[in-house]
Amino acid sequence: MTGHVSARLARRASRHVKERVIEAILFAAAAISVLVTLGIVYVLLKESLVFFSHVSVIDFLTDTQWTPLFDDAHFGIMVLLSGTAISSLVALLVAIPVGTIIAIYLAEFAAPQVREIAKPILEVLSGIPTVVFGFFALLFVTPLLQWFIPSLPGFSLLSAGIVMGIMIVPIVSSISEDAMRAVPMSLREGSYAMGATRLQTALRVVFPAAISGIAAAYILGIARAVGETMILAIAAGMQPNLVWNPMEPAATITSFIVQVALGDLPHGSVGYNTIFAAGLTLMLFTLVFNLLGFWLQRRYREKY
Amino acid sequence: MSLPAEEIAAIRANIARRKTRDLIFTSIGILCLVIALLTIAALFADMIITGWDRFRPGFFTDFPSRRAAQAGILSAWVGSVAVMGVTAAVAVPLGVAAGIWLEEYAPRHWITDIIEININNLAGVPSIIYGLLALGLFVYTFGLGQSIQTAGLTLALLILPVVIVATREAIRSIPQMIREAAYGLGATKWQTVKDHILPYSLPGILTGIIIGLSRAIGETAPIITIGALTFIAFLPPSPITDTAPFLNFEWLQAPFTVMPIQIFNWTSRPDAAFHQNAAAAGAILVAMTLAMNAIAIWLRYRLRKNIKW
Repeated sequence: MTGHVSARLARRASRHVKERVIEAILFAAAAISVLVTLGIVYVLLKESLVFFSHVSVIDFLTDTQWTPLFDDAHFGIMVLLSGTAISSLVALLVAIPVGTIIAIYLAEFAAPQVREIAKPILEVLSGIPTVVFGFFALLFVTPLLQWFIPSLPGFSLLSAGIVMGIMIVPIVSSISEDAMRAVPMSLREGSYAMGATRLQTALRVVFPAAISGIAAAYILGIARAVGETMILAIAAGMQPNLVWNPMEPAATITSFIVQVALGDLPHGSVGYNTIFAAGLTLMLFTLVFNLLGFWLQRRYREKY
Repeated sequence: MSLPAEEIAAIRANIARRKTRDLIFTSIGILCLVIALLTIAALFADMIITGWDRFRPGFFTDFPSRRAAQAGILSAWVGSVAVMGVTAAVAVPLGVAAGIWLEEYAPRHWITDIIEININNLAGVPSIIYGLLALGLFVYTFGLGQSIQTAGLTLALLILPVVIVATREAIRSIPQMIREAAYGLGATKWQTVKDHILPYSLPGILTGIIIGLSRAIGETAPIITIGALTFIAFLPPSPITDTAPFLNFEWLQAPFTVMPIQIFNWTSRPDAAFHQNAAAAGAILVAMTLAMNAIAIWLRYRLRKNIKW
């Protein structure tokens, strides 16, 4: 009898050990995601530190030339930042109005059937590989724009930015729509009872009530635009120009990294380290935008 | 008690004006949707029309070549399949396990908070940063080379947040009573998870895995960054051999190319004949990602329809 009991107890104990081991394995899997972040930070900082031992931070921030691979090397990140800023601006000028209007339309006006069809289609748009969008920007949108603007060069921030904007529309529209649908019905009913039309309700009641969620959508859209690579590498040209005119070709932080990676830079050269410094700059920008976006998103969720 | 006629007219005019504005906005909304739709249509039409001459059986069975008309995507699609295999083999177990831990095991604790915030953040990191991680760590620190294993591992890390989030959402939709019933019958936590939680959340997890892989298959920037060659006119060694042990893992270390790299390579050539190749390969790549997305949407639809707790 005692033998039987202790065997059962032993089975229970072994079950307990097994449970513990499994829990530890599952935790290890979750912890790996933290290791990925640490790995990114480690690599970017390590190689950037080597870079900044050759180039002073002040030159990096203030120089107006970016010629890291020339004999007369200049490392002015502003040049790449201007390309990133202008192309992102063009993208946002497309994505924010179109995305917001689609979100308002889907959340407040469209019949449920329209919404059921429209949402998967928008998802398709965000699922198309960016290299294909790049091809489309270079060989379809640029010639199309050249009809209207004959002086537009074959590579330009404008056409890359427009295509990037269309790619970002679904991000803006789906997060904004979620935010607007989270607004309680009672607010809308109050507005309708006062005789407001659907448009007035949407613009003056629902939109302001959902503003922090919509702002989060915009910011996540910006983060996506800043980090976009292939469309710019293909359609915006890769010449580092300090430009403020979208109708010119220019390199961005991301397309510069691609350009260097396409060549044969020896491991350990300054040129090799440059892409990590550029990557660190990019990472800092997207980190700020992402944190801001998540903070805003969380704030509106807690409100209702 | 009745209003003067001109006031009634003014109110009617006001209502009519506001209703017109409603109508105008509805048309603008539909117009914006149509723009999005037209872009997809134009993109497709452009790819298929430009690449039309290249759609021949040989396009799938030929290696890239200096002559555009004879160049094919054999090494590209084989490379894509091989890389996706590695990506899935790494991302699925890791992502699902992490998702299970976060939903079922994680204590309310600062470590859990850090892991959650971290996963949210990783989802927003630009893909090219993963490429730099792979270049600095996998290629030069771990010495994995510019190979299929490096690419697969990089893309696995890239889609890890997608798989984790999908797993968590699928698990969260399972009602608490299922767990209580299992515990009530004396099941341990892992038995509950393995026999109930995982099977019930499988369609949702599968949807997330497919969406993640469809994103990975189209990624170009991280693979360029690790320095993948663009002209590959050979296949990786076969994973199956005639002699024991019949399995061969040399292919993991092989240099490779993938579909998006091949498209980028053809697009960036000045010769328009290669643009036709790029268009044809692009159409095939888009068709592949769309098919994967369609499967995911169908799975999600089935899941919503069939399960009523």
